[in-house]
Amino acid sequence: MSRIAGVFANLRAQGRAALIPFVEAYDPNRETSLALLRGMAENGADIIEIGVPFTDPMADGPTIQAAGRRALEAGASLAGVLGLVREFRAGNAHTPLVLMGYLNPILSYGVARFCADAATAGVDGLIVVDLPTEEADLLLPDAAKNELDVIRLIAPTTSDARLPLVLAGSSGFVYYVSITGITGTRTASAADLARDIPRIRAVTNLPIAVGFGVRTPEQAAVVAQYADAAIVASALIEKLCKSDVETVLKDVAALSAGIRGAGKAHAPTL
Amino acid sequence: MNEIIPNSLRNGPDGRGRFGEFGGRFVAETLMPLILELEAAYEAAKADPSFQTELDYYLKHYVGRPSALWFAERLTKELGGAKIYFKRDELNHTGAHKINNCLGQILLARRMGKTRIIAETGAGQHGVATATVCALFGLPCTVYMGAVDVERQKPNVFRMKLLGAEVIPVSSGAGTLKDAMNDAMRDWVANVSDTFYIIGTAAGPHPYPAMVRDFQCVIGNEAKAQMQEAEGRLPDVAIAAIGGGSNAIGLFHPFLDDAGVRLIGVEAAGHGLDSGEHAASLSRGRPGVLHGNRTYLLQNEDGQIQEAHSISAGLDYPGIGPEHSWLHDIGRVEYVAVTDKEALAAFQLCTRTEGIIPALEPSHALAHVAKIAGGMSKDEIVLMNLCGRGDKDIFAVAQHLGVEL
Repeated sequence: MSRIAGVFANLRAQGRAALIPFVEAYDPNRETSLALLRGMAENGADIIEIGVPFTDPMADGPTIQAAGRRALEAGASLAGVLGLVREFRAGNAHTPLVLMGYLNPILSYGVARFCADAATAGVDGLIVVDLPTEEADLLLPDAAKNELDVIRLIAPTTSDARLPLVLAGSSGFVYYVSITGITGTRTASAADLARDIPRIRAVTNLPIAVGFGVRTPEQAAVVAQYADAAIVASALIEKLCKSDVETVLKDVAALSAGIRGAGKAHAPTL
Repeated sequence: MNEIIPNSLRNGPDGRGRFGEFGGRFVAETLMPLILELEAAYEAAKADPSFQTELDYYLKHYVGRPSALWFAERLTKELGGAKIYFKRDELNHTGAHKINNCLGQILLARRMGKTRIIAETGAGQHGVATATVCALFGLPCTVYMGAVDVERQKPNVFRMKLLGAEVIPVSSGAGTLKDAMNDAMRDWVANVSDTFYIIGTAAGPHPYPAMVRDFQCVIGNEAKAQMQEAEGRLPDVAIAAIGGGSNAIGLFHPFLDDAGVRLIGVEAAGHGLDSGEHAASLSRGRPGVLHGNRTYLLQNEDGQIQEAHSISAGLDYPGIGPEHSWLHDIGRVEYVAVTDKEALAAFQLCTRTEGIIPALEPSHALAHVAKIAGGMSKDEIVLMNLCGRGDKDIFAVAQHLGVEL
């Protein structure tokens, strides 16, 4: 069983959802990112998503755009991010890490070499924002060969008819982009989630994570009622910008508490 | 009219929107259903003769097509070689070829029931053309423009506002065309139900490169017929400037299967190809994925996109339309590059010999014409796309010539 599947199986047994905080690698420097990764794992993060900086993050709002710029100025590269993962993994064998980014740095690195190096470094899953299912054959074979989960994005615009196509070949979990828009802007309501999540459950047994616009412990708790994981990114990046690692970790702990306290609107499937 | 022949170079893209290994649909899932809807709507429009009839009506009576084919006699004498013809798309309403595409796309938007238009712009020509057709059809229009470009293209910003458009300065990245395109995509993703994104060049996710090309092919189709009328034959060379590549693909595409016509695309070499400050994605870039398509890009060794530079804001883009990347790789079109200085000299040459103030974009094409025409024989013919007029550029040119206006 992959690390990601293991975490979700374990949480299902506990009857709770997962917290997936996000770290933009190298924002504002490598040491801070490493401290965040280690600290998040100790403060209730069940899985950690690592943003790979790119000059042109088309699906991201102002917060992650700015974080990416700071990271690139600090010398971030895809190879550097893999090095960061290796160093984290040396002291933590259990917390799954998912890289989220855009296709071009991976193409530039070389898809086959990247998948091999990512797996060796200790990456568990990949989210490539600008690689829709129609183009995914470019990545799937090498990812599968290296046992990397390819996590698919589902959007409110994804029709029921299209869902099975989008999910073909995906593994790990499903990332539901809960709003039409960019990261860190609008927030989906409980009613939105109550309507949307069952639509996805009907076609997949994979756990469903909800991202884009989840900011507070209360919102994370709402997500946890309907879905299997809440992803929090922009709110944590903003907090880091205004304060320090310790304060961000307190927020992560509060988000984790929010999720642990959430009831279930639906009995977990599976 | 355009018969499909088995070995034609004009059959692309394939079902996945690819020209060879270039093109495709590299967009986030939120946009994917919209791209597919657009493709279906465009295919339906193409199959409906009333769509072309409607477009032809506006091209004739609103844009003023066909644009003239002009024998540049004094320039020909000055260069002392091949006969030089200008395809005068600078005479179009709004002063450039951009309106050909904007009309096609807004008619499609209307067919699809879309009620809001967005666009990106670099120099402001595409923004002005989009704002113009939005005024014509009474649709609200939002134009994303890099903050740097807003500063250096003030007259066009004012034009767009007069036409009723909202101009949003984009300060992310370097604040130029690439960043404007990012923000237009972000707007689209947030306004999926009512908004139509009019992309200004033959790039972006499928079906944009093919659709924009089709709307710009009016340039080459007209020129081909006009050359026959003027000279009884096709030109030996057809040449056009390239930023994203829409005017060039519009000129070249109808000639792709005419093996006797040499096709030359001219990129912006900025301060020089080895200066690190240019916009020559084919000459100095390598393939990658940006803005929804796989194509040649200016990028560093880590796949981060680099900023382009050109004196011409319209060529200031680190990518190029995917069909050009394919035509480059198969060798059907030659791609060369011209520096800021050479373009400035050509700008003055054209103004002085022909009484036509060209935009800085076609001034790049003209600079290459000036390089090759003298070495060609007097019975050879060069056809150049004069894709825009230079009124918008007089401030920039004055500054470079050390003149204060």
